[in-house]
Amino acid sequence: MTKGQAISLQKNDGGSLTAVRMGLGWQAAPRRGLFGSRTREVDLDASAVLFADKQPVDVVFFRHLVSDDGSVRHTGDNLVGGVGQGGDDEAILVDLSRVPVHIDQIVFTVNSFTGQTFQEVQNAFCRLVDETNGQELARYTLAGGGAYTAQIMAKVHRSGSGWTMTALGNPANGRTFQDLMPAILPVL
Amino acid sequence: MTAELVRGQNHPLSQSRLEIRISAGTPIVAAAALGDENGRIHGTEWVAHPGAPTQPGLEVSRQAAADHRLAVDLDAMTDAVHRVSVLLALPAPGGGPGPVRFGAVAAPFVAVTGLDGTGIASYTITGLEAESAVVALELYRRQGAWKVRAVGQGYAGGLAELFTDQGLSQAQQLAAGIGEAVARGLARSVQAPPPRPSDGDRSRQAAAPAVGPDQGGTAPQGAPGPVPPAYGGQPAGLPGQDGPQPAYGGAGAADPSPAVGGGPIDYSHPRRQTSAPPPPPPTAPPSLPGQPAQPVAGDATGWSMEERLYNQVWGMFEDLARTTAAYRSAVDFAESRMDKELEQALSDPRSRIGGQGDAAREAARARHGRLVDQAREALDRDLAQLVAEAEVVEPALPPAFARWDNPVWHAYRVPMEIPMALRLGDLRLPEADRIRIPMLLRLPLERGLWIDSGRTGSLDGSFTDSHDMRRLAMETAVAHAARLLAVYPAGEFTVHVIDPAGSGAQALAPLTRTGVLAAPPAVGAAGVTDVLGRLTQRVDLVQMALRGGAPDALPPGFDTSQQLLIVNDFPHGFDDRAVNQLRYLADEGPSVGVHLMMVADREESAGYGPLLDPLWRSLLRLTPVADDHLADPWVGHAWTYEPPLVPPGSQVLHQVLTQVAAARRSWSR
Repeated sequence: MTKGQAISLQKNDGGSLTAVRMGLGWQAAPRRGLFGSRTREVDLDASAVLFADKQPVDVVFFRHLVSDDGSVRHTGDNLVGGVGQGGDDEAILVDLSRVPVHIDQIVFTVNSFTGQTFQEVQNAFCRLVDETNGQELARYTLAGGGAYTAQIMAKVHRSGSGWTMTALGNPANGRTFQDLMPAILPVL
Repeated sequence: MTAELVRGQNHPLSQSRLEIRISAGTPIVAAAALGDENGRIHGTEWVAHPGAPTQPGLEVSRQAAADHRLAVDLDAMTDAVHRVSVLLALPAPGGGPGPVRFGAVAAPFVAVTGLDGTGIASYTITGLEAESAVVALELYRRQGAWKVRAVGQGYAGGLAELFTDQGLSQAQQLAAGIGEAVARGLARSVQAPPPRPSDGDRSRQAAAPAVGPDQGGTAPQGAPGPVPPAYGGQPAGLPGQDGPQPAYGGAGAADPSPAVGGGPIDYSHPRRQTSAPPPPPPTAPPSLPGQPAQPVAGDATGWSMEERLYNQVWGMFEDLARTTAAYRSAVDFAESRMDKELEQALSDPRSRIGGQGDAAREAARARHGRLVDQAREALDRDLAQLVAEAEVVEPALPPAFARWDNPVWHAYRVPMEIPMALRLGDLRLPEADRIRIPMLLRLPLERGLWIDSGRTGSLDGSFTDSHDMRRLAMETAVAHAARLLAVYPAGEFTVHVIDPAGSGAQALAPLTRTGVLAAPPAVGAAGVTDVLGRLTQRVDLVQMALRGGAPDALPPGFDTSQQLLIVNDFPHGFDDRAVNQLRYLADEGPSVGVHLMMVADREESAGYGPLLDPLWRSLLRLTPVADDHLADPWVGHAWTYEPPLVPPGSQVLHQVLTQVAAARRSWSR
């Protein structure tokens, strides 16, 4: 997927998806020069903010792993990033059929909790997986790490009776999702 | 009826379309190989494995997993095929993370079932040591009919050796290819989400205790269980996190209290004797397309039916909490949106002319109504499912989890083992009047109980005078104590009663008449002193013995069994010394199994000032009438607690206690 691209979360056979997983993976960039083996731990955090009519209603992040209604679940905090094989380091599961009726947008963000900018992160990606069969629906690579500490990755929003995902990839700055609210509001 | 096979045993198969379920405690690779009449594999295309998961009539999963379901269609096999072997292998033999020998993991369990989940045969592969691959089962043709045989042949050399043994020339290459496919699969997969009840313990999770609405500094509930997350500077619009404290939450997630005293740490699970795999859980009949699956009792994880039911009840509890949270949140949002829109319509000068304003108001109300209807529809859908589940779960509960009116109590026998948990009552939410969630508290007790005979905000508004309230409180206490006595094996739970003025005599009758008490209820100041003195001495001695690591060295008449002291009418009959002894019991008793059950109105001991605050705080407060003072650990709704009352006119309490008394007599002989 590329920035701004939107895909409809319909199955090929016409049925709509019931559960999706937003996976996030990353690796710390190797240090240049001497002592390159001293690993730099980069702690990226994935969060999902649930909006009803542009008002934040609930948020799922490392301190609140399950939305109150139980439809959005974070699989747990990963403090150091990838072991390198390209698997998901943090994942957020969304049970689309159980999302409360008034929630119309779910925005996924990534923050650097330890404060490194994305220049020090490599191979970062976010992908959307059909949780029912493990099929990857979309993959979005965080290209060209810049001097920012957060990114608004994607949003999943209601369209008609189903859901659509839009890749965003907007850079932002902040340690946790709260700092990102000003940057999230324009993309709603 | 599932046939449990032993190694070498066979069993006829009447169906040709089968499912093979495999469960191992750790991720393993499952594959299936076809063989001719001599058991030889003709080529790699005769093996279904993660790299090539489907073959005619065979399907295996693409990755290593702790649980597998293999699909087999015997009718689709060519005539050349006479044998289908089900193979298991560890994903990382020779390097890589994970176990390298089956001897280091739990014995794999394999079951052959029909497509609808009915069990046909099962086999637990025991006795494996250095093997890293094993032929679990074999489906084979014998005189035109198919049979299954438990094989259990292991290979220390892994799949390569296994395939070589079955006559495959490309054994090495195939084994290597499977290893690669599995490694790719492992890299793709994400760790499963953590089990649901344990919502606590995350890195950086700040556990800030919240204060509940009813507490107001006067009735703290204690137990810092999992707490709603503390947001740092949450943005405007997020719902506040100042719900009631999960008084009851800790009960589900908390581990059994750590062993007291020194000595080496016992790593074995206190309630788990064997590592034998559990019997397969009951499976739901296949649901009709487009309809939710029919609920089944025991449809949760666990090593025994009891544990499964316990987990299922907690799962229902969480689902009800969350689905109600979704509903409330949607309704709140609909209301605030309508308010905003109405205000806008009012402040817009254009709307004052003509019918525009009315139309805008009408539209706002209609939008509100639509959203609320949608939310209600979602809630009703979920409630219907939970009601159906409750209808199958409730009758399946064992006595310790069951209501007093459950027929299981009529078949009551004194148990040989302590149950996992005890039902303290029912919990419900106003939106879901039809569902009562059993409130299950883990045993052994971790803290005492307080049956509040004071004024509570009676929900139905009915006025209960203080005399009735005391009687009800004492009856509730007796019902709780009787249940505790009944679910413990004979002699492992002892109840003492202090009733200084004798005012509880009538309510205590079921206990006194059947003779299940250690001694008649202690009356008067002398009785109070005597009972408290004996229990204090007991706490001292048992504590000393446990700390010294010599629980066997206790003098005769002392042991580590559970003791419950019911105190009625506190502080009547208590002098300062007795109050101090009671406080000592409240502090030190729980660690040696001595618990208090206070039946009291807190106001009456107000004269002691803050001295007794820690006492009340250390007890779990229950009420003799329905009262909404308990919170769930996930969202923090206020749940209405209903005490477990014996149906009026029922003899169940008397019958059960008579059996308990008989068992106690024969035990102490």
